[in-house]
Amino acid sequence: MSDDHVYMSLAEGHDDGDARWAFGTGFEDPLHGISTAVPDAVDRGELAATCLELADDALVTAQRLAEWTTRAPELEEEVALANIGLDFLGQARLLYARCGQVDGSQRGEDAYAYFRDADDFRSVRLAELPNGDFAFSMARLLVFAAWRLAHFEQLATHADPVLAAIAAKGVKEMTYHRQYAAEWVVRLGDGTDKSHRRMQAGLDQVTAHLGELFAAHDARTAVLAVLRQVTEAAGLTLPDVPPTPVGHGREGDHTAHLAPLLAELQSVARAHPEATW
Amino acid sequence: MVTTLTDARRARRIAEQVPDPELPMLTLADLGVLRDVTLAADGTVVAELTPTYSGCPAMAEMRAGVAARLAQAGYEHVEVRTVLDPPWSTDWITAEGRRKLAEHGIAPPGPAPRPSAGPVPLVLSTTRRAVPCPRCGATDTEETSRFGATSCKALWRCRACREPFEYVKEI
Repeated sequence: MSDDHVYMSLAEGHDDGDARWAFGTGFEDPLHGISTAVPDAVDRGELAATCLELADDALVTAQRLAEWTTRAPELEEEVALANIGLDFLGQARLLYARCGQVDGSQRGEDAYAYFRDADDFRSVRLAELPNGDFAFSMARLLVFAAWRLAHFEQLATHADPVLAAIAAKGVKEMTYHRQYAAEWVVRLGDGTDKSHRRMQAGLDQVTAHLGELFAAHDARTAVLAVLRQVTEAAGLTLPDVPPTPVGHGREGDHTAHLAPLLAELQSVARAHPEATW
Repeated sequence: MVTTLTDARRARRIAEQVPDPELPMLTLADLGVLRDVTLAADGTVVAELTPTYSGCPAMAEMRAGVAARLAQAGYEHVEVRTVLDPPWSTDWITAEGRRKLAEHGIAPPGPAPRPSAGPVPLVLSTTRRAVPCPRCGATDTEETSRFGATSCKALWRCRACREPFEYVKEI
């Protein structure tokens, strides 16, 4: 190797021509080298379904967070939201890769992310709603991170060692995400009359979807404890949780917002289906 | 190829010296992401890397760097494996790594939070650990953003010398 720079070293060993270099590094499997075995005690179907649901939630959330780039109120918030989105994208990649090992299809992450339609996605509806007001986005991130964090804390002791490891790593990341969102909810709720009003409206919109989240994974106690703590500090009112879910994203029953989100996310991969990244 | 303990040590030393793509003043060993380097019976060097964050985009570059350096040193068969468990912690950044970070104007992390017995608590407090300014040493500093140019860093500024600085946040 003539150059010590690691980026230069990447350019070496790409025998398939410079044209493909733009598509990336040639490393495709985020679980490379990790045992693909599934313990006998684990139901493969259930494990695959869990990985797919959690991956779809993360991918759709990552895409919505990335949409704040160039649109956030301040540069620092844009960087923060992009970073949080990147963590979720990383979680999605690991979970899709595990799903492909377990569901018997041997599909790679791209097959799940880019070559399924909205009906096949198992993400919760809350994740796909448009970003709307910044206050709505912060309320959604708080609820989503608190709910997913509680779920991942449980999954960290799952009988499948790969899912358990992905979850244990995610717990650390989502502790930061939840903290970030909670501080914004307090700042806006406890801010001016206008910010308070908009924060309350965002919170009201998000809590309408709690029924769906709790039906998918009942982390009611943990999520409501966090919401009570944050709303109290913010001077906001925590609305009642509707007794029945507003929809069932887990069954592929989505709002009209998911298909356009996926169309944008999948456009490059579908235009160049043979490309590697 | 005759495999000896010396070969394994040499391979480890080479892998340890690969620079991190995003914090190039640190080696992968300084950062604590190189978990193990072993020599298999057939002479294959097996290097184990762990990502800092799930979405760390530098992972591919790290793997390429390790593979390229070992190949350059004459190891014909190299395998770089990912390990996820246990998850990376900033506690694994070595003393040498912390010294190099500070020397380059990046505040090193404090101790990582200990795992709690019950649910991870949410702390809504306005008082935070004072991070000393890596340039002038003053403790009159403030966070400007919890997230920075890479997943592992936050943005801070020093109110004494007025300089902004990066800070590797505990995880």
